[in-house]
Amino acid sequence: MTEQSCFHCGIDIPKNEEINFDEKKFCCAGCKTVYEIFSLHDLTCYYDFEKSPGATPQDIQGKYDFLDNEAISSKIVDFQEGNTSIVSLNIPHIHCSSCIWILENLNRIQPGISTSQVNFPQKKVRITFNSEHVSLKSIACLLSSIGYEPYISLENYETGKNNVDRSLTYKLGVAFFCFGNIMLLSFPEYFEIKEFWLDNYKPFFRVLIFLLALPSFLYSASGYYVSAYKSIKSKMLNIDIPIALGIIVMFIRSTFDIVMNYGGGFFDSLTGLVFFMLLGKMFQIKTYSFLSFERDFKSYFPIAVTRINSDTSEESVPIYDVLKGNRLLIRNQELIPVDGILISEKADIDYSFVTGEAVPITKKSGDKVFAGGKQIGKVIEMEVLHSVSQSYLTQLWSNEIFQKKVDQKHKTITDKISRYFTPILLLIAFTGFGYWIFIDANTAFNVFTAVLIVACPCALALTAPFTFGNILRIMGKQKMYLKNALVIEQLAKVDTIVFDKTGTITTNKKSNIVYEGIAISDENMILLKNVLRASNHPLSRMLYDFLPETKRIKIDEFEEITGKGLLATAENKTIKIGSAKFVESKDLDDSEIEKTALHIKIGDRYFGQFNFQNQYRDGLATLFSTLSQNYKLKVLSGDNDGERVNLENILPKGTELIFNQKPEQKLEFIKKLQDEGQNVMMVGDGLNDAGALAQSNVGISISENVNVFSPACDAILDANEFSRLNYFLKLSHKSILIIKMSFVLSLLYNIVGLAFAITGNLLPLVAAIIMPLSTITIVSFVTLMSNYFSKSNLN
Amino acid sequence: MSVIYLLISVSIFVAIGFFIAFIIAVKSGQYDDDYTPSVRMLFDDETKITPQKNISPTEEKQV
Repeated sequence: MTEQSCFHCGIDIPKNEEINFDEKKFCCAGCKTVYEIFSLHDLTCYYDFEKSPGATPQDIQGKYDFLDNEAISSKIVDFQEGNTSIVSLNIPHIHCSSCIWILENLNRIQPGISTSQVNFPQKKVRITFNSEHVSLKSIACLLSSIGYEPYISLENYETGKNNVDRSLTYKLGVAFFCFGNIMLLSFPEYFEIKEFWLDNYKPFFRVLIFLLALPSFLYSASGYYVSAYKSIKSKMLNIDIPIALGIIVMFIRSTFDIVMNYGGGFFDSLTGLVFFMLLGKMFQIKTYSFLSFERDFKSYFPIAVTRINSDTSEESVPIYDVLKGNRLLIRNQELIPVDGILISEKADIDYSFVTGEAVPITKKSGDKVFAGGKQIGKVIEMEVLHSVSQSYLTQLWSNEIFQKKVDQKHKTITDKISRYFTPILLLIAFTGFGYWIFIDANTAFNVFTAVLIVACPCALALTAPFTFGNILRIMGKQKMYLKNALVIEQLAKVDTIVFDKTGTITTNKKSNIVYEGIAISDENMILLKNVLRASNHPLSRMLYDFLPETKRIKIDEFEEITGKGLLATAENKTIKIGSAKFVESKDLDDSEIEKTALHIKIGDRYFGQFNFQNQYRDGLATLFSTLSQNYKLKVLSGDNDGERVNLENILPKGTELIFNQKPEQKLEFIKKLQDEGQNVMMVGDGLNDAGALAQSNVGISISENVNVFSPACDAILDANEFSRLNYFLKLSHKSILIIKMSFVLSLLYNIVGLAFAITGNLLPLVAAIIMPLSTITIVSFVTLMSNYFSKSNLN
Repeated sequence: MSVIYLLISVSIFVAIGFFIAFIIAVKSGQYDDDYTPSVRMLFDDETKITPQKNISPTEEKQV
């Protein structure tokens, strides 16, 4: 039988589970229901744009009850007046044009909705609705029921409306307007033809040019004056000082020229310079608006939880109102927001958000459960031990590293150059002035200003933005998302790399299952598979998926004993699957206890055990051995050292392995390395690495799903690209090389320009040619070089 | 030749007109999302066809 894929969500349909409806095949009832909803409202166009665009709706029963709480929903809604409300919801599933189409036609499914608009890059939908006819909760439920579950977290609750900063766009618009018009009006100046009527109108042209230059000079370039002033104040010579100096001198000299009728001035060069430099700034800013680099636990924690009051009634309360001693109800797939004690009989808690551990941990009644875990399976009850801010995990965020805004921790390469550039430039200007003053005072004044104008390091200032901007895009295409351009420079400086173990160098998608024991016959395999099929325990599910496909038989008796294992009878045989104690009634020695394993006993015979091991990412050994040539490598783990021997075999010699690290200890470890003068790159994944990621010089977060999960960091790397980490590091080194090369190139232009200036021959026309020419050369040089290096084999 | 005053002024005013249009466009958020409109633009035609296209499947369902 050939595999069929679901008409709605596109996943392969397991054999015998296919549902036929309306001549289409579906993988589950959920997908079929979504199709029904769409066809009922004439929205089947959804399937025309993209093949199988949908997602299977998740069980959301009771999940959005908290939206009925007035205090909470009013925090989420953007705008409310009378009956009209507007809400922006984050929907991670938005991924294709079908998604846009269906979400913008929501009003056809739910009458209370008037309009909805999708912002694709941000993966958000903005819905305007009539709050009298439809509630926020029913919108959330509707979206979930069609497979577009909105992601509402504590972050939505706290942050208000954030204003988008568009000032750079305005400045660029103004600069381009001024530059373009001045260029046109300057044409008569370029052709110095002694024509009567042109000479006649010269004052008119010049006054217009002057007026047009004002907005560019006063508004567009204002950022450079502020930055230059700040850098003088902090006694650091940055590149903005010569730029600001150049712009101001250019403006004064040109105004003077026009007023005294000496010539047309340099207004064309001035506005062009401002425009190109702002363009560079714009190019450098590449934002991945669907990603967030500032996430902390608030992005993952729910807004509200269900509290059970003393009179057994249930109530949704904001999680900040949860107090010690409260009883909470946690449903399937809900996050545990606070530390507490489990009251229900048992719970399977998935800590993959926190530690990256793939296998859920089973807790029994009376066990302590920590905030950040996700309940899988049945509804559980727990009693609160600590409030949110005092819980084990969230305490990490009270560390000072999260309090202070980290200013620029290091000097950029451009700043380093400009520390020498500015004094040398001033020296040349004054020497020129000093020489000419004895010959001709007028020329001396001209030379002095001309030096400052022509040496204005515009090409120099453009080099870094264009190189980094381009590298940023190249890396983004290859699924390495950097927070900003500065990260590239920091990447190139790294000399020590610290890896987290679980979830970073291991994958949390699947576990490696290894069987130890005597061979299992085919008949017994059938028994085993069918017993596992009946169980919902995560380990059973994983083992079930791992075992080969068999035919189905009837299980006569089946019992799941919490925390122990499965007891079943089929074909007159007793089958026991579970912990060693349960299966063999013997105690484990210490080395066994560290392993996650399922033991098997069929009839009276003990067969062996299935061990669940961490699955290391593909290409890990190769990556580590290449990296170890240039970097010091260390592996930090929150786990015990059960994997030490295994890791030592895979990783190159000299890799330091440190186990049993708490989140704070990881942070301290990085700090200690930095105090020793090392530039540390931390590669981590879970919330428990957040401190270390923030402390390190470059924090890279490995994410299986970049849209949904990653702690605060400097860069997000798609987990599938993990083995290419070395390539990205090499590329960052190359980009520094490109910048150095183009610095040389732009200095050559400056020398040519200075030669004109110092001899007193700088005409406005020469300036107007040299300036754009150097800009174009530099921009095309760095673009070509960075594209060349990104394609060449860097390994 | 004094017509040049008029011509240049007109050209500047036209330019200012476009400039104002640009500012308004930025202000209204048109530059915040530069991807979705390009997709949305292609939908309008599809929606017009939708009613006719979907009569038959719905009828089939009732049978």
